[in-house]
This record gives sequence, structure tokens and C-alpha cells, in this order.
Amino acid sequence: MGALLSFFVVIVLVLLALAGVKGAGLYVLFGTIIPYAAFATFILGVILRVIKWSRSPVPFHIPTTCGQEKSLPWIKYSKLESPAGTMGVIGRMALEVLLFRSLFRNLKSEQRDDGAKLVYGSNKWLWLGGIAFHWSMLIVIIRHLRFFTHPVPFFVNIIDSLDGFLQIGAPHLMITGVVLLLAVTYLFLRRAFIPQVRYISLPADYLPLFLIMGIATSGILMRYFLKVDIIHVKELTLGLATLNPKIPAGIGVIFYIHLFLISTLFAYFPFSKLMHMGGVFLSPTRNLANNSRMKRHVNPWNYPVKVHTYEEYEDQFREKMKDAGIPVEKE
Amino acid sequence: MYDAWKILLGLIIFLAFATFPFYSNMGKAVAKPDPKLDTPVIQQMKVKQCVESKEFMRAEHMQLLNNWRDAALRRGERLYKGSDGRITEISFQNQCLRCHSNKKKFCDECHSYADVKPYCWDCHIAPKEAKNEH
Amino acid sequence: MAKPTKPTKPPKPEELVKIDYNPPEKPWMEVPVEFKPGTFCYGTRPKYLEEVGFPNPREWSPLDEDWKLPADWKDTVLDGLGERLKKNRAFHLFMDICVRCGACADKCHFFIGSGDPKNMPVLRAELMRSVYRKYFSTGGKLFGSLAGARELTFDVFKEWWYYFYQCTECRRCSVFCPYGIDTAEITMMARELFNLLGCNTDWIAGPVANCYRKGNHLGLEPHTITSNIEFMLDDIEEITGIKIEPTFNRKGAEILFVTPSGDLFGDPGTYTCMGYLMLFHELGLDYTWSTYASEGGNFGFFTSMEMAKRLNYKIYAEAKRLGVKWILGGECGHMWRVVHQYMDTWNGPADFLEEPVSPITGTKFENAKTTKMVHIAEFTADLIKHGKLKLDPSRNDHLKVTYHDSCNTSRGMGILEEPRYIINNSCNHFHEMPEDTIREKTFCCGSGTGLNAGENMELRMRGGLPRANAVKHVRDKHGVNMLANICAIDRATLSALMQYWVPDVEVSGIHELLGNALVMKGEKERETDLRLEPLPGKEEEDV
Repeated sequence: MGALLSFFVVIVLVLLALAGVKGAGLYVLFGTIIPYAAFATFILGVILRVIKWSRSPVPFHIPTTCGQEKSLPWIKYSKLESPAGTMGVIGRMALEVLLFRSLFRNLKSEQRDDGAKLVYGSNKWLWLGGIAFHWSMLIVIIRHLRFFTHPVPFFVNIIDSLDGFLQIGAPHLMITGVVLLLAVTYLFLRRAFIPQVRYISLPADYLPLFLIMGIATSGILMRYFLKVDIIHVKELTLGLATLNPKIPAGIGVIFYIHLFLISTLFAYFPFSKLMHMGGVFLSPTRNLANNSRMKRHVNPWNYPVKVHTYEEYEDQFREKMKDAGIPVEKE
Repeated sequence: MYDAWKILLGLIIFLAFATFPFYSNMGKAVAKPDPKLDTPVIQQMKVKQCVESKEFMRAEHMQLLNNWRDAALRRGERLYKGSDGRITEISFQNQCLRCHSNKKKFCDECHSYADVKPYCWDCHIAPKEAKNEH
Repeated sequence: MAKPTKPTKPPKPEELVKIDYNPPEKPWMEVPVEFKPGTFCYGTRPKYLEEVGFPNPREWSPLDEDWKLPADWKDTVLDGLGERLKKNRAFHLFMDICVRCGACADKCHFFIGSGDPKNMPVLRAELMRSVYRKYFSTGGKLFGSLAGARELTFDVFKEWWYYFYQCTECRRCSVFCPYGIDTAEITMMARELFNLLGCNTDWIAGPVANCYRKGNHLGLEPHTITSNIEFMLDDIEEITGIKIEPTFNRKGAEILFVTPSGDLFGDPGTYTCMGYLMLFHELGLDYTWSTYASEGGNFGFFTSMEMAKRLNYKIYAEAKRLGVKWILGGECGHMWRVVHQYMDTWNGPADFLEEPVSPITGTKFENAKTTKMVHIAEFTADLIKHGKLKLDPSRNDHLKVTYHDSCNTSRGMGILEEPRYIINNSCNHFHEMPEDTIREKTFCCGSGTGLNAGENMELRMRGGLPRANAVKHVRDKHGVNMLANICAIDRATLSALMQYWVPDVEVSGIHELLGNALVMKGEKERETDLRLEPLPGKEEEDV
């Protein structure tokens, strides 16, 4: 249901671009206005969302400790899973953000022997799919800088030649493009076929998957099959980047479909779960050092509370305390 | 605990990454590529016509060259039949480069604009170009 | 008020393990909550709320049609939700960034034990996120259920109540979550909202009220505390021939000792307490007990942050009144989550105390230098390392021991090695459970956060299944017969869990094992362990 709806939305988006460009000839709308608006929404939206989060304080010091605390000097402590200082936290966050450390722990639990035994097995598929997806996505984005810069920076060149090192066909097959499509397809299939994951999935979970599938597919079609005049494409994209937008004639509609889907993804980003990109950095269970007995954590809204004082307690139990030989303040 | 300065730093890094194309191109006027067809051989041609149409060549030349390479070197097929029925000898050196002897002003003009590094020249020697084209 | 159902006995273990993990056909928003007997706690009696000044005290039961909520209950919940979003970044973030990857699903002991999809951490959180989206996000306001949003209705509120009292805030899901989303944070906020409307459980509100007025969860009055300890001292004298004379509320002591009141009342907690008493006596430690701050645990923590702070206040207040230098804390799980991660923030700075130094070894406890409270496992491990204790582990040779990491001490503190070090020095036979069930991946006892009520037995046995199953594994493989731990709730609840799933395994604190092994100056030859059961090799003489 959620999947169908999201799929339908993406199809409508494709048709919109097709009709808008091919039918109505709204080149400026689809080639300039929408991409600019989407990008501005993305930047502003992400910043505003992060600011919104940042206005809520972190009242308590709540790292999830995943290893031995720093305690006695002769006990080896876990610098990356239970860091006691800033360097450790940076290491922990780097592992989390770059290598998906927590997901790498993933286990699958299973009942065996009619429920008599519970067993846990390592289950790295989600980690593999996730990391393949995110890293190829990042590389694809960096590769696309060649359309938005001139001269193209050296790191884009290096990534480009590494990505195409198989030298299959012309233009060279880019490995990450294929990996991206495969990985996003895997992520979709596990969502659609694992009963529990299907049960928790919302339309908002399928939409980004289909959008990215559409983006990758249109990109691959454009590069290897339908072909567009890349020089004209770059004139358009570089025009956007140099704030000197122009619409060269003769770019195939597949390009506008690709661009429109990307614009949609960018504009949708700040309002969606995709904000986990920024959120992961702010997660208090990961980005705090396990040093709360060494260094006092201050809660900005800490307020005085009503308490039951010792005096009240002694007034209540003085006789009983005296009988039991417990010292009291007032005889 | 707000960690405002850390978040601010994070946002600045985010902005630096996300707007890289804008500031890295700031103030640069990039001329659009203008591949030259003015080699002596082309100038002498009565009908200035490549093996396929200009539009086809713009989008598909890399594919065509790749096919030519496979045909000539791997299958030994030396003839190409164009979409208009003309038969051409398959040869990068003797056909393509005979007319387009100006690698810098023809090939490189677009390739460097689009940051494409074709590996044609791993095997083929670029034609010697007239001095004035340097 | 509908009479609370009588505690129903959980089905037989063979029946209970038949778990269907397939989610129902209907989408979860359309599946109404069903209060199954044995899987929820009674609603709180009004007196407990009155004693701490909480709103809406009245007689009620979760099974009632009408929970007697105030007319504006919905505003209370939504305003409370909004306020907590603004006050707590973790909560706000965890409402927004979940991608529903499902990695947490089979990490929850309640899901593994029940198969109920709403016990998957992701779906438990979605119960609240769906309402958050409806009232606090643009997408949810515009697109409603298409954006995964839904109205807050009374049925939704009841569903929250049922499922947020089926989470033990154990944090196991947050270990596996790629963004560290901690369902405990969401459960805490949900429970705060329930308490705005007087909807605590009886089993949590009772100990809270006791602790507030009398100093401890069990409601032990000062003279009862001393006489309970007298009983233990008599047993110690019988076993060792040594008479111990601890002090209470003594000003000028160097150290204040605070332990969960569970250690003062009922087996096997009392055996652990005997271990402390023997250890401190042997060291000649200058310490005192307090009858006012006689609770390390904090059921307020399962109620609201404010209530937790109100109860926790007594520890520093008493340390200040007695003029001690630092505080030593006994074996407890959530007590240490609170001490380690919250106490200093709530009730600090404890600048009237000194940085803790062991008077025996001179070790500075650098890791406790501002909170000034040391975990007894840290304290004892340091003693053993410095050779200050004479231990005869063969006195524990009748025990084959395994160790259960408590949720809070492993995932909210990280004290993993010290207890193992103490066990290994006190016992000759120690066997770890499978690695995916210990340390940061440890499984909850199934009864934490105040879910350890008798009427909740089926849920507890289900939630404890993964833990019990791992114990069964080492029992079958190594003949393990003792499940050691450093948590008072564990000592109380694992016994019931073992009786149900692995009947021949008993439960102990590590200082009971230490007390058995501790060779004390001037002691007579021991015939029995702290449970007054004959030591290995002494069985015949005893007969």
C-alpha cells in the first residue's frame, strides 16, 4: 500500500517532467527555477531543522556505553565504544558515520528446536546494503561535481578514474552507479519482503527509495543508452553553479526527468527521515563521552524540586530512631 | 548543554560542502567549448560530412569509436556502413584523424570542458598539429 | 472501578515458547490494544499519588472503560509532549530521525519473548511518533495517515500505556541503532506524560511514595533497617564467629554507604548485604549506613525526571549532613544509571565532598572525581588487585557461576570487567554465557523499570526468556548453578525467572560470593556458606 502509493508518486513526477518539458516546453521552469528552488529549500530546510534541534538542550548525559568504562588504571577500557574523552568521541562518531559501526553489530535472533533454544547469528546484510548505498551515493555526488565546476578539481578526476577503472564500454561504466541502483533495490526488496520490516514501513520509507531508484535509472539511461549531449548539459549545470543560468537547446528530455527527480529529493530532504544525515551527529547516546562522574554535566533547566528533608524525616521517626539507638539531631 | 558552537561548526562544514560549486566557480566566466572544424583537410572538402550526422556524432561518437575498435581490432572487420548507406573504412588514425587533425582544438575542447579523459591516446598517437594551433 | 484481575499464572514454559513472530494482516494503527491478563500492572492507588503530590489521584484500573482522566487530558498530553520536545534534544531527535530500518526489531527481549510487533522498539516508538507527526510536523498536519500521523485518542493513550509499561528502558535497541536512538528516552517521556494524569502503576508509585517518606522503596522504617541488619549480623556470627557492629547515621564517618533497600530485605539480596558487612568489617572501614538515605535505587526514575531527582536528593543531602568525605554505592542496576549519568546534574555539584580515595590502597578514583560516588565493584576490585584481601575461592567450589550484566550498568555506565575480576578471584568455576547475550549486548531480566509486579508475571517470563535461555545454555554445557549479578532488581526477579525457565539455577550478588571466599582475621573454620548451606567437603560433618 505504502509502496504502491510512493511508486505512483514517482511515476507522476516523471510524467510531470515529461509533460512539462516535452509537452509544454517549460524549459526554464524545469531547468532553472525548480532546481534553484529545490536547492534553496534543501539548504535552508536542513539548517532550520538543525537549529530547531539545537534549541532543545541535552539535559542529561546519556551516552550508550558499548564497552568498558574508564575506571581503574589497570583495567583496559574501551576507548571507542565507551570513550572517556573528546578524541574517543570523535573516533566513535567517525566509526558510526563512516562505517556504520552500530549496524555492523547487527544480529538475527531465531528460535530453534521448537523454541527450546534461542540462537543469535551475525547478520551483516543490512550493513552491507546500507554502506554500499551510502558510499556509492556519496561518490556519485562527488563525481557529478564535474558538471558544476570548471576547471574540475583534482579529487573529482581521481574518483572518476577510480570509479571507471574497469574501462568497460564508452563512456566507461561507473561502478558506483550500478552499485547504487543494486543497493537501493536491495533496500527496497528487504522492506517489501521481510514481514516485520514491511509492517513498520510508511509511504515515507518507500518514497526516497523510489526517488533514488528513479534518479539512478534515469542517470544510467542517460549515460549509457539514451545519450544526451553532455556539452549542452554542462552548459546548463555550470550556468546554474555560476549563477548565470541558461537553457541550451537540444538536451534530451531524460535529462530534465533526472534533474526534476533530484530536485524533488533535495526539496523533500529537510522534511523527511533523510534528516538522519544531520541527526546522527547530534545523537546524545553517541556523541557524549562516558565521563559523567569525572565531569559535571549541567542541565540548563534544572530547577529546585520539593523534597523530603532529613528534619521532616527525623520528626516523623524520632522516637523509633532513639529506641533503635540511632543518633538524632534533636533529642 | 546546547553545544551551540559545535553545531554551528557542523553547519558551516555542511554549507561548505553543499555550496562548493557556487563559491569555487565564483567570478569565473567559462567560455563554452567551440570545437574547430577548420583543418586543411576539412576546408578542402566539398561536402563537409562525417560518417554520421552531426547530432549523432555529438552524442554517440564515443560509442561509435568503441564499436569501431572492437570491430577492427577484435573481429577484423574493416568496413562501416553508416545510417545513410555510405561505406567507410574503419580506422581511427586514417579516417577520423585525417580530417580532425586538430586534437587540441577539436577533441580536447569538449573533453576538457566535460572533464572526460578518453583512453584513445593510450594507443594512438595524436596527430602533429600546425604550430599556430599551439 | 473494575476489580483488578487476580494474578493469573503464566502458561507453562512449553506453551509460552510457542511464539508467532508474523505480524497481523491489519496495519498496526488499526489493531486495537488488548490488555491481556498477566501482561500489565495494576493502576496506582490514590494514596501513593497524594503522598508525593501528584495529580489526579483516584481509584482506577487499566481494565476500566473510564480511566477517570480530567476533561482536558488531551491538552495535558499534547502540551506535555511539546514541552518535552523543547527540553530534551534526544527526545526531539528520536522523534525525527528514525528511518525504520528494523535493525532494532529482534533486539528487544519483549519482542523476542512475545512476537507482538508493537514490542519491536521501532514500532513502540512509532506509537508516539505517529502522534508527534500529527500535532508537531508539517507533513503530518498536511497528509495525516499518509505521512504516518494519527490523532491522539483515548484508545491511543491506552495503547501507549500498555506498551510503554512493556519496555524496561534497557537500551539494548540503542546499541544496535545506527543513530543510537534509545527507546528508553521515549519510554521515559511517555511515563512522564502518564504521570501528569495520575496513570502510574501501583508497583512503581508505591515504592516512590515509600521512598519519599520513609527513605526506601520497601518502606522500611529506621528501626526495621537496624533490626534487619541485626539478623544478618547474627548469621554472620554463626558462620564466622565474628561479631560485627556497623553504625547508622553516624556523623564524621569517612564514607557513606548507600545500597538498594532490596539488599536489606529478602533473599538473596540479604546474602549480598552480608558480604558487604563482612568486607567492611575486615577492612576496618570508617563508614556509616543511613536510614534516611537508605535507598540507592530510584523508582522515581520510572516515573518522571522530577520525581527521580526528588528521591535522589537524599543521598547528597545526607552525605553533607553527616560530613562524610565520599560515598560508596552497593550493587544495583538502575541506581547506577542514575548515579553515573544523572545525580551530579540534578543535585550536584557535590563540592562539600572530597575526591574519593580508597583508605586501604590509597587509590584515587579519578573516574568519580566530581560525582564522588564509587561503585563497590570498583572499590573491591582495587582491593583485590592490591592484595588487600585474603580469598579462598575453594569455598565456592560447590558453585558453577555465570555472570549476568545488568542493562543499566553495562549500557548506561560500562562497568563490565570489575565484577568479572571479583568473581574470578572468589570462585574457581566461572563460565560466560554466549557473547551475544552479555556485556553491552546483555539481555534484560525482563522485569526492570518497575515491571516486577506479581500480576505482570506472564510478561516478565516472556521478557526474561532470552536471558533465561542463555543461562540454560551454560547450565546444560557447564553445569552452571549460580547466576551472579550486580543488581537488586535482578536478585529479586531472576530468582522467579530461573524458577520458571531454568529451575536448578540460583541467583546471587557478587559480594555474596566474595563474602564466602573472604578469609577474615580471627574467624572460626567455616562450615557453611552465607546461605547456611554446608561448604564443599563439610557435608558429612554437618549431617
